[in-house]
Amino acid sequence: MNTQQPKSPATEAATHQVLTFVLGEETYGVDILRVQEIRGWSAVTKIPNSPPHVLGVLNLRGSIVPIVDLRKRFNLAQAEYTAVTVIIVLTVRSEAGRRDFGVVVDGVSDVVDVDAGAVKPTPDLGARAATDHIRGLVSIAERMVVLLDIDRLIGAQMLEPLESDAAAQAA
Amino acid sequence: MGIDLAQFHQAFFEESFEALESMEAALLKLDVGAPDPEVINTVFRVAHSIKGGAGMFNFADIASFTHTCETLLDGVRAGRTHLTTSVMDLLLKSVDVMREMLRAAQKKESFDPQKVADLQFDLEVAVARNEPTAAAAPAAAPVPPAAPQTRPAELPSTVWQLSVKPLENMLSRGNEPLALFAALAEHGELSVQAFIDEVPALAEIDPHRCYLRWQLELKSAASEEEIAETFDWVEGDCDYRITRSGPLPAPAVAPPRPEARAAAPAPEVPRAAAPALEAAPVSRAQPRAEAGPAAGGGDAGSIRVAVGKIDELINTVGEVVITQSMLAQLGALVEGASAERLRSGLAQLERNVRELHESVMRVRMLPIGFAFSRFPRLVRDVAQRLGKQIELRLTGEQTELDKTVLERIGDPLVHLVRNSIDHGIELPQERLAAGKPAAGTVHLEAFHRGSAIIIEVSDDGRGLDCERILAKARSRGLVGAGETPSEEAIFELIFLPGFSTAEQATDLSGRGVGMDVVRRNIKSLGGKIDIRSERGRGSRFTISLPLTLAIVDGQSVCVGHETYIVPLVSIVESLQVKASGVNRLSNAGEVISFRGDYLPLLRLHELFGVEARARAIHDGLVVVVEGDGQRVGLFVDDLRGQQQVVIKSLETNYGQVPGISGATILGDGSVALILDVPGLIRSTSRREAA
Repeated sequence: MNTQQPKSPATEAATHQVLTFVLGEETYGVDILRVQEIRGWSAVTKIPNSPPHVLGVLNLRGSIVPIVDLRKRFNLAQAEYTAVTVIIVLTVRSEAGRRDFGVVVDGVSDVVDVDAGAVKPTPDLGARAATDHIRGLVSIAERMVVLLDIDRLIGAQMLEPLESDAAAQAA
Repeated sequence: MGIDLAQFHQAFFEESFEALESMEAALLKLDVGAPDPEVINTVFRVAHSIKGGAGMFNFADIASFTHTCETLLDGVRAGRTHLTTSVMDLLLKSVDVMREMLRAAQKKESFDPQKVADLQFDLEVAVARNEPTAAAAPAAAPVPPAAPQTRPAELPSTVWQLSVKPLENMLSRGNEPLALFAALAEHGELSVQAFIDEVPALAEIDPHRCYLRWQLELKSAASEEEIAETFDWVEGDCDYRITRSGPLPAPAVAPPRPEARAAAPAPEVPRAAAPALEAAPVSRAQPRAEAGPAAGGGDAGSIRVAVGKIDELINTVGEVVITQSMLAQLGALVEGASAERLRSGLAQLERNVRELHESVMRVRMLPIGFAFSRFPRLVRDVAQRLGKQIELRLTGEQTELDKTVLERIGDPLVHLVRNSIDHGIELPQERLAAGKPAAGTVHLEAFHRGSAIIIEVSDDGRGLDCERILAKARSRGLVGAGETPSEEAIFELIFLPGFSTAEQATDLSGRGVGMDVVRRNIKSLGGKIDIRSERGRGSRFTISLPLTLAIVDGQSVCVGHETYIVPLVSIVESLQVKASGVNRLSNAGEVISFRGDYLPLLRLHELFGVEARARAIHDGLVVVVEGDGQRVGLFVDDLRGQQQVVIKSLETNYGQVPGISGATILGDGSVALILDVPGLIRSTSRREAA
């Protein structure tokens, strides 16, 4: 009993809950504490001359929230937006302050506990693949889950394309 | 122990700043030579409450400085100190220093102690000079010891010596020593002596603590148990000792300063204690009653609310409005027995919601007097420095406008008023020579006109010198030698950056920065400024501002599936243009002919990359808009209704979008973007230039 006691807070701190969602063939995870709400798809208002992955803005209880298509962000094949398409509203924190935005995903899977020790670093995939926005990989029920660092993914550079896109365009 | 006071710091600072403002205003009202005692009282009260607050929150330097200030004021009030101009200056300077000290304390910065010490010294000198007896003035009006509360004691009585020393938390637990003494007096003849030897300096006083202790002498037939019983309900809150001193009363050991019962501290009700206090000269013995924070000025019951909370409220009400209009649309479709009742209920809801919305929007409105209040001081200082006599008139101080607008209009107004005094009003002898009264008048006036607030700054000075402005403009090549611009166009010139006719830049104005900044600030608020001036008679600057930045009157236009809002103020006209009315300029886009002018044509769908229904010019409409003095035609599919829309920021969660000033939520809950007309026009002129 006594020997275990000091251990438990440490484990608690090292474990955190992650919301997983599916995008094409892959499963991604975001810190549950950053999730504001999950809502169904509804038509967005387009923003002129926005980057392609920014679909537009939605009214989220009185505030105007941009909606990002993660498929476009990750250069995945396009999917149709249907009634079952889901928007996860997330909060990012950057130097610019707190921002809310929604990401369009194929479907929400589960909330899982992730032990910090089980998170594997992202392998170096060379210069062509930007992995800054990936916090690590973790295996849950024999599936690989990509843990996203949403502050890096969308934080201050919501309007800018990913580095890999820029590199691809430059090439 | 006690309450964490840090949480009240913000309120203390806000209140103190307000209090200083009212103190300043009151000081300026004072006539040197014949001061109105009521006004002096006001000033004194304000200084007093700041001192109390500062003491309570452990801002020792502020408390000590304010105390000195107060001493001088007390002298003035009592007629011992003569209110001369120099005393007045000293007091005004003190207000400045207090403000700076408070500001430094608020930012947790240190403040130059030398500055404080210097002024404090000056204040002390002023006190001493006018009041040679000040040092000898009694610190406290000696009050006779509490009259022994007697009760005929027929029984042979014993004399009990009771010593009572409250513990730290006695007062905060709500125990009142006076009540205890009253209970003891029930037993017989009681006399009370208070010891104030433990009362610390004002600055160190914790208002939640009781620093007094008492020695009581009770002549009573009651037994020790009966007396001890009285202490039951203060058990644990104070130390007490009951000793029998025999049938004869023994004199108190130490001769402490007797304390009146009224001086017993009652921090729970500081406000009630304050008036009593003001009647007596301030002394160290009664500092605790000053803990009461006094709001500046006589306000008719108001509460302090964080702006964020109000914005949240406005947001929520905005949502209610949207939900309500959605329900109204649905209600119109419902059929059946109860449809009529539903609709009348919805109509009722609509009325209530509209009222709710209006009252919530009014919460953000403040009287412009808040922006005007700094001027009496400013005018006095500037006039003094320039050797001019100025009479400042303020009218329409009650005119209300949005808090954000109010905050941002202050600086431009200061600039205009300074300009009026510096450039406009002449020196007294000049004025007399011109047949005008020696004192110039600067008039600040505010009133509502439609959905705008008009603020006018006028003076009866020399007016703008058209010839000099023109000469200066010519010498700088701004106006060609052959041109003779209209008077209006000449006045326009003073808004150009770096333009100044002042021969010598003073430290007040004339450096050429300013009028352009004034105009830019006003424009950023969606307002405009006009000048009227008559040579030798004076000038009038008229600022017109929207009442609020939160709402705009808009015209909805649609392009494809998208709806945009065009602010009504920027719309000149909407018209249908025939295909023949459009001309192509090689490489520079299209122009349309409008009232004899050619205007650039912007096809919104091309600009914003949306799919439009109207491709040919005659299928859609052209909305002629104006911004920054330029006009363009916007080609849209169709016009929808006009409505007031609540402006929401796109930047909070996204970022700036060229050509878009914000967004709003339509009746169906969807988002519509609001066009930034000046921005659109700028982008076209850039494109044309490129």
